[in-house]
Amino acid sequence: MRSALRSIISRDASPVSAALSVSNLAMRYGEREALSEVSFDAAAGELVAVVGPNGAGKTTLLSILAGIQRPSAGSVSRDPREVGWVPQQPALYSKLSVAENLALFARLEHVTDPARAVERMLEQTGLRERASEQLSRLSGGNRQRVNVAIGLLSRPPVLALDEPSTALDPGQRERLWSFIRGLAAEGTCVVFSTHDVHEVQRYAARALVLADGRLLFDGTPAGFLAEAGRDIDGDFEDAFVSFLRARGER
Amino acid sequence: MIPLLRKDILILRRSRLTVALLVLYPVAIALLIGLALSRGPAKPRVAVVNETTPGARVEVGGRSVDVSEYASRLFDQVEAVPTATRAQAVAKIQSGDVLAAVVIPHDIAARLSSDVSQAHLEVLYNGNALEQSLVQSSLNSALAQANLGFSEQIQRAAAQAIGLLLKGGNLGVLGAPSNLVGLGEIPSLLRRVIARQPPGHDREALERTLAFATFAAENLTLSKTVLQTISQPIAVHTKLLHGRRTPLDTFAVVVAVAISEMFIGLLLAAGAVALEREEHVLGRLLRGAGSATLRARGVLVSRNALLAEKSLLAAACAFVVAFAMLAGIGAFVSLDWSRVPLWLAALALSALAFGALGVSIGALAREVRAASLLAFLLSLPLAFLALVPSGSVGHGLYDAISAVSFVFPFKASLEALDAAVNQSSPGLPISLVHLAALVALFAALARVGLRRLD
Repeated sequence: MRSALRSIISRDASPVSAALSVSNLAMRYGEREALSEVSFDAAAGELVAVVGPNGAGKTTLLSILAGIQRPSAGSVSRDPREVGWVPQQPALYSKLSVAENLALFARLEHVTDPARAVERMLEQTGLRERASEQLSRLSGGNRQRVNVAIGLLSRPPVLALDEPSTALDPGQRERLWSFIRGLAAEGTCVVFSTHDVHEVQRYAARALVLADGRLLFDGTPAGFLAEAGRDIDGDFEDAFVSFLRARGER
Repeated sequence: MIPLLRKDILILRRSRLTVALLVLYPVAIALLIGLALSRGPAKPRVAVVNETTPGARVEVGGRSVDVSEYASRLFDQVEAVPTATRAQAVAKIQSGDVLAAVVIPHDIAARLSSDVSQAHLEVLYNGNALEQSLVQSSLNSALAQANLGFSEQIQRAAAQAIGLLLKGGNLGVLGAPSNLVGLGEIPSLLRRVIARQPPGHDREALERTLAFATFAAENLTLSKTVLQTISQPIAVHTKLLHGRRTPLDTFAVVVAVAISEMFIGLLLAAGAVALEREEHVLGRLLRGAGSATLRARGVLVSRNALLAEKSLLAAACAFVVAFAMLAGIGAFVSLDWSRVPLWLAALALSALAFGALGVSIGALAREVRAASLLAFLLSLPLAFLALVPSGSVGHGLYDAISAVSFVFPFKASLEALDAAVNQSSPGLPISLVHLAALVALFAALARVGLRRLD
């Protein structure tokens, strides 16, 4: 069964030099297998989308990359401190200001020059004018920008984002993706999970399709459409659903 | 740990209302409990209807007592409200002006003076079960004292009469013969008469009379002692087996300070840890905490550092407030200031124990409100259980209460503070060791709780 599944995994987008290598990752919660033999490589500057239905293992995979959880088996080439972590819900102190949140995490992460790192992130996120505002007064989009900025404080070569655009309106989502694409353009390897398959089509260079903890597809969005029997301009969501159905998934 | 500590202090400074409530609420509760412990119950208002003739006197054992004066002494344990008639007393009870009424009937003086018929008081009640219990116990206590007073006087009169019977003389009763022979003298008189009497029927009769007189005199002497015993069958002699007796007001101070320290330490520590989870920061702070390599590099915050920071911050706040409270109360209650170093030791370890319990509660809760509620629900009943005195409940229940109190820091803190302030037993070192063990136990539990990240 597993060998059959592995045979459908396409590797048409193998990176030249891997910024991140994941090898045979497995995660078990008692009898339940949340991840099973997941392996992939990602290059510097690559935007990799992890997509799949609820309970597919997306958050488990990203939290292992970030060092939140330890895998039952397998390995990740990077130390957790080399992976910037952006959880799904902003992990920030609402009573602190934008600058205070950034400064706190810069100190906790032992960034060499915390003040300079804060300045850099305020500049990068476009939040300089709101630096002294408490987080509780910021919109969801701006909070998510600070959330991402904290993941980038130590200039990590890999950034892991768990459903970064959830609960954002279209305008906030657009600005967030513009920011993330800018990071990738500067060489950061970005791995993000999402429920929104259109984001995969629009922003990702590569898609990893997970279902029930197994990696069903690894390749470009165009390759995925082809795998699902759709043409290159086809509806990605429709292709995704029929792809999963064809493999007996939800 | 320092950046986290600075962050928490900054958040506390920006949460002034919460901090004010956190300090003022426990202090207010503690002072109320302290006052309740140090003050006796208030005197219940009782209407007193005296139907006796003004100036009526009771003659008991040769002493004359004014009935009204006796009634006022009788009711010094209640707030007596003089009322003219029984009907007015009933109206006062029904309106809630008084909790009960006592009617002293017009014939009480005659009945008491008769020495043979029992006097009766009428008591009227109203109110709920608790109020009835309070009035009943106050009146029963007052009546018991009155009965004791009367029985002492009757006993004295009876003893005086027995003395006269034994020694002889004048009974002081109108119509009684004067210069009577005492029963105690009769045996010696009879012996002298018998010695001169020839053997025969008359001598035998005199000898039987001598035997009776001797027996009667000996037993009447014994009766005087028996009467003294009947007037107060049980005399109480108190002796403290170990430790030093703690005055109620200084014990109340210790209870008030311990309760304040408990609330501040518990709520602050529980809230501080739960806040990390509520803000979804715990995962970010502790990521890599399971990796020995990362811990060695000191890159991320360890569980121990996080818990230590929260416990120390909460303990420091609880310690400062508790010491300020103790020192403040010390201005009004006599405390031994030469023992301040011992107070500090007891307060410091108590605060740490409450902080450790607080972080273990906070580690279990998902949000600050849940952590605060859990801390309240745990601490209040457990603190009250620690105050249950032995003997007030059954053996099995008291053993269960003791076991629960042993693993909750309140009782140990109370004993440590009581030992430090009042030199009570068990000694301070035992209580400090107990508290240190509880700190270790709750720190371990908190570590387990923190393994459950968001």
